[in-house]
Amino acid sequence: MTVLSDLDSGASSNDASQETKDRSGGMGALVRKIRTGAPVVPFLAYVILVLGVPTGTIVAFAFRSNSGGFTWSNIHTILGTTPLTAEYRSGFENSLKLAVVTAVIPGILGTIIAYAISTSEHPAFKRIVSATSGVLAQFGGVNLAFMFIAAFAATNGLITKWLASIGLDPWNHGWSLYKFWGVAFVYMYFQIPLMILIVTPAFAGLRPAWREAAENLGASRWRFWRHVGIPVLTPAILGSMFLLFGSGFSAYATAEALTGGTISITPIQIGAILQGNVIAGQQNVAYALAFAMIVILLVSVVIYAFLRRRTSRWLL
Amino acid sequence: MASLELGQVLADPSEIDQPYEADAPLKKRRFQFHWGRGTVLILAAAYFILPFYAGMEYSLQRPTGGFSLTPISQIASAPGFVSALWLSTQLAVITMAVVMVLMVPTVIYVHLRLPRFRRVMEVITILPIIIPPIAYSVGVLESAPQWLRNSQYLLGVVYVILAMPYVYRSLDSGLGALDLKTLVEASRSLGSSWLMTIWRVLVPNLRAALMSASVLTLALVFGEFTIANVDNWQTVPVWIYLTPTDNPRINTLVAMIALLATALVLILIVSLDRSQSRNSRRS
Repeated sequence: MTVLSDLDSGASSNDASQETKDRSGGMGALVRKIRTGAPVVPFLAYVILVLGVPTGTIVAFAFRSNSGGFTWSNIHTILGTTPLTAEYRSGFENSLKLAVVTAVIPGILGTIIAYAISTSEHPAFKRIVSATSGVLAQFGGVNLAFMFIAAFAATNGLITKWLASIGLDPWNHGWSLYKFWGVAFVYMYFQIPLMILIVTPAFAGLRPAWREAAENLGASRWRFWRHVGIPVLTPAILGSMFLLFGSGFSAYATAEALTGGTISITPIQIGAILQGNVIAGQQNVAYALAFAMIVILLVSVVIYAFLRRRTSRWLL
Repeated sequence: MASLELGQVLADPSEIDQPYEADAPLKKRRFQFHWGRGTVLILAAAYFILPFYAGMEYSLQRPTGGFSLTPISQIASAPGFVSALWLSTQLAVITMAVVMVLMVPTVIYVHLRLPRFRRVMEVITILPIIIPPIAYSVGVLESAPQWLRNSQYLLGVVYVILAMPYVYRSLDSGLGALDLKTLVEASRSLGSSWLMTIWRVLVPNLRAALMSASVLTLALVFGEFTIANVDNWQTVPVWIYLTPTDNPRINTLVAMIALLATALVLILIVSLDRSQSRNSRRS
């Protein structure tokens, strides 16, 4: 962090200070620091302009009234204090619910699958799994929506047909691919791979010596997991679930393409406002929604980082 | 396993028997364990493969039954596809060029001279992953100057930021595996300039890292939907979503090909990466 502040003070006075080649004293040290820092200035400038300024704009505009003054009203709006704007509140509630559901279930399933994979002795298999997981976790987006429509659309989806032929058509039991549980089901397709990616290193850190020690002391497999394995892995698993929470909370592409923007979750609402569907006088609501999303994600990442630090105490 | 080896070392036969007894339940456990693993992996494979198969079947099936590859040849003539592909390609080239020029010298320099700055870079490059693209696009569309706001190249400028996490991580681990100081000092003391050192010494050594960074950037640009959609530019993913074609199966087909191609290229890169590191360890 000190480097950062050095750079900030140095960047502007770069040319001037190069002339004064005072080698002794504070001036010389400053010049040297500026010289050392100068090569990272283009990178920092780009990040500040293209990432810092837009993020700052979101924060500033979230608290700006239409006339330009400071206001809390945007925040009040998204908290849904009036009936007219209750949709933003329910959007948040749905988003949080979706994020929790698609963090916990894929978190547990992903852990089990990751463990099954980590005990495999075929390195090629592991590599293929990790590359495929990477693709699905990060680059699925719209493609997944189309794939699932082909598989699970009402009556004509291939898997729907299979399930219907054994009398288990989920559409007959109140399930819809385009509603909450349908979207959650599709999200699992990128959340489970994400979980596998982040939780696998933790299994590698589970030392065989612990297991041998437990076995020598007469512990059964169950007792080993109950008293050693699970307690040691819990921070890693929980932490990963917070990352999954963030991923599920911020996902936009899959939900938009799957439901055509009809599901009421915060990312879809922001997208709708950006594309011009805005209630008059509420232009700044998009900033407040974006701001709230960033805050929630920051919190979940901080918890993740904290739990990861706890993890690394044991798993190194 | 450990107890078995221990038993073999012991001379007294009565003592050898004991570990064998202890091994009996272990073997049984092993068997059960494989069984459980098999079930988990088969169920997981079913969940991941069946929808994929359904997508392929839907886009390649003939109305009369059976499969046909003719839909693939129809992609190019689907309205708007070529221009979407062209836009995505342009954006990919711009993004890769800018992100490499920006990141490669910076990360090399930080590794060599400014190790304290690595933490700052780690924090900065994690931000694009934390900030949701939909929230980020709100800020971008408001703060971009009008001339850039009206240009499709705004997407390229923004994708550079989104690609930074992938590029930084690839380069960071690639550089970590090199004896950077020796390489640079050798090259510099033989009289080559900094630019020469980066181009002739470091870039060839970083081939695998640069390769995976480029592929990840490519996958990112060709897959990014959120910002392109709210900014109303028809890149390939937006085309897949928005364009009604005479044959809706074409859209699904393009989606499936995009998914498959990304996966294949990434698997290839990971394998190349492995074989290369194995070679270098051998020499």
